Amino acid sequence: MNLTLKIWRQKDSNAKGQMVDYKVTDISEHMSFLEMMDVLNEQLVNTGEEPVAFDHDCREGICGMCSMYINGEAHGPDRGVTTCQLHMRMFKDGDTITIEPFRAAAFPVIKDLVVDRMAFERIQHAGGYISVNTSGNTQDANSIPISKHAADEAMDAATCIGCGACVATCKNSSAMLFVGAKVSQYALLPQGQVEAADRVKNMVAQMDLEGFGNCTNTGACEIECPKGISLENIARMNRELMKANIS
Amino acid sequence: MSGFFKSSIGRKVAMALSAFFLMFFLIIHLAVNITSLFSEDVFNELSHFMGTNPLVQFGLQPVLIFGVVFHFLMGFVLEIRNKKANGVAYAKNNGAANSTWMSRNMIYSGLVILAFIVLHFIDFWFPEINTKYIQGDMSGMHDGGFRYFHELVEKFHNPLRVGAYVVAFILLGLHLAHGFTSAFQSMGLTAGRKKNMQTFGKLYSIIIPLGFIIIALVHHFNH
Repeated sequence: MNLTLKIWRQKDSNAKGQMVDYKVTDISEHMSFLEMMDVLNEQLVNTGEEPVAFDHDCREGICGMCSMYINGEAHGPDRGVTTCQLHMRMFKDGDTITIEPFRAAAFPVIKDLVVDRMAFERIQHAGGYISVNTSGNTQDANSIPISKHAADEAMDAATCIGCGACVATCKNSSAMLFVGAKVSQYALLPQGQVEAADRVKNMVAQMDLEGFGNCTNTGACEIECPKGISLENIARMNRELMKANIS
Repeated sequence: MSGFFKSSIGRKVAMALSAFFLMFFLIIHLAVNITSLFSEDVFNELSHFMGTNPLVQFGLQPVLIFGVVFHFLMGFVLEIRNKKANGVAYAKNNGAANSTWMSRNMIYSGLVILAFIVLHFIDFWFPEINTKYIQGDMSGMHDGGFRYFHELVEKFHNPLRVGAYVVAFILLGLHLAHGFTSAFQSMGLTAGRKKNMQTFGKLYSIIIPLGFIIIALVHHFNH
């Protein structure tokens, strides 16, 4: 198929970016979106132009690196997939595809479609972990009985890959689905409950400090999340924060 | 706890608490207004009680005014912060693919409701305060009978005012359609995501505004 691409080009973080049109031809419907971008970049390199910078790593939907806002949606029009898993069969011959970086004040553009998502790392550093003494006397996690329900919910929350689609999609650039998932995966398990109060306070404080917006419960993040992280995690985070402030 | 209400989540909780209070108030207000459809006397008695009872006037009324002002101010504060959190605007953004119009436009439906409240205050509240506390007439009487029902009917003569009320209440319905379950979610209550509560929220957001609209239309066409 032949496509017209409208892509955000921005030389560096200080430069003023703009949308630039490109044409690509003979794109197979079996290609992933990133492979289509590879074809474009090869074409640009061959004509002596600067290739389009974009984030990618594992290309199997698990690393959370690929981003891109495609035709007005994070990771494009398909559901439950990252950009690397988005296939060109989702588009038609002759389509015009708009490709932009994930937008949020807390996600500044580094170059073209690459944004700085270190804000997520700093939120994780603020409390997204458990402190375990690994002196050799650590209790075997499997010896602590937990309900299947809690285990499943914790695992579901832990599938968040921190890609930032929730922030990019949210009209308020809120990071609450991400933080909610990270708070939840620990709050549901005994190992995480020990530090639950400090964790939620510190992570929410860091989230606010990074300049993310407030959740207005539109539910857009849940729909666009490639891992299907539930809004329930935001409700749980709110509960955890209230609990931490009351106790 | 003061730190809690300065956090993004704390502010949402405060927003939800004021929303719950206002949603409860709407039920009371509608219940009183409905009586105007069936009995002039009952409506007059209830209005007189609400307008002169010290507990209502000096206890509940200030709380209500605080609730309304707080909900609007906090709404603006959150909106400004959220706009600041946005980066460069997307060239193409397909919001309809993942969320409802109501949920994305709470600030606009809220602004229409604010405009309505200003009109409502000019229509009913300011004249009431003037009569009762400036002129000192606490009797609620005019021409030998209670004045409340006649004031209500008179206000709904003007089709432009009735039209403005209808539009405002449609927007209130849209505001509630998202706001009802959203308030539960902000409070961390899973109940808002349960099907029964969502159905109840939808019914609430239709029945309450529709009730006010019907009352305005009935009085407009009957008198």
